[in-house]
Amino acid sequence: MVQYSTPRLDASFAALSDATRRGVLRQLGRADASITELADKFHMTLTGMKKHVGVLEDAGLVVTQKIGRVRTCKLGRRALEQEAAWIEAYRQLWAARFDALDEIVEELKRKESP
Amino acid sequence: MSITTTVERKSDRELVVTRTFRGPLRIVFKAWTTPDLFKRWWVPKSSGMTMLSCEMDIRTGGTYRLVFSHPAMEQPMPFFGRYLEVTPPSRLVWTNDEGDDEGAVTTVTFEERVDETLVVLHDLYPSKEALDAAIASGATSGFDEQFAQLDEMLAAG
Repeated sequence: MVQYSTPRLDASFAALSDATRRGVLRQLGRADASITELADKFHMTLTGMKKHVGVLEDAGLVVTQKIGRVRTCKLGRRALEQEAAWIEAYRQLWAARFDALDEIVEELKRKESP
Repeated sequence: MSITTTVERKSDRELVVTRTFRGPLRIVFKAWTTPDLFKRWWVPKSSGMTMLSCEMDIRTGGTYRLVFSHPAMEQPMPFFGRYLEVTPPSRLVWTNDEGDDEGAVTTVTFEERVDETLVVLHDLYPSKEALDAAIASGATSGFDEQFAQLDEMLAAG
């Protein structure tokens, strides 16, 4: 039997364990949205969406701000850290490619110089 | 020792990668535009991906099609697009059409320095929303895999 190390089930992990909440994060990555807009988008009651947003907010993945009667949601600090992580992964991809390209350039240089 | 590769989110819709190579411009450009050389460096070994095929018709208006496989993917994954500009040995511009119509346009410029070549690559997305969406889906796609595995574990009891 495979032994799994006990994962630290922090608020962020729990928040992300729900497909709708992951969808909400993706949606907020595209544009800020009100709770009403999110509820419509995910075919959910306002109360249901408020609960999901509350979980994401507790985890620091989403921040909300109430202006007048509308509560607007946007990505929180934890989610923005994921953006930084994505850019770092993108950099690592290019760094790995270019290190391999270095070898090819070296090889071609050797072939050309007698 | 490897040389530093830098990445900057230069604007709302643009990422810029910069790298210097210790070799003449002519050789660096050749390694980008010769399919047999290109396929030896484009896919990092650490990615676990394999390039199944590589078709490149490198001229302005020409097309390319790269097909990759990965043990975790059910289907091979194609990447394709069109060369908007090919100006040897200083500039390549291509589209990335495998997604929807929200793909980036990639511009690579090659600049000769003393004993070195400076390569600057721009990924320009059609809108801030398109780049944000690429980041959001990339940043959360790992979670989807992770949680699919967790779901399986929980289902298996």
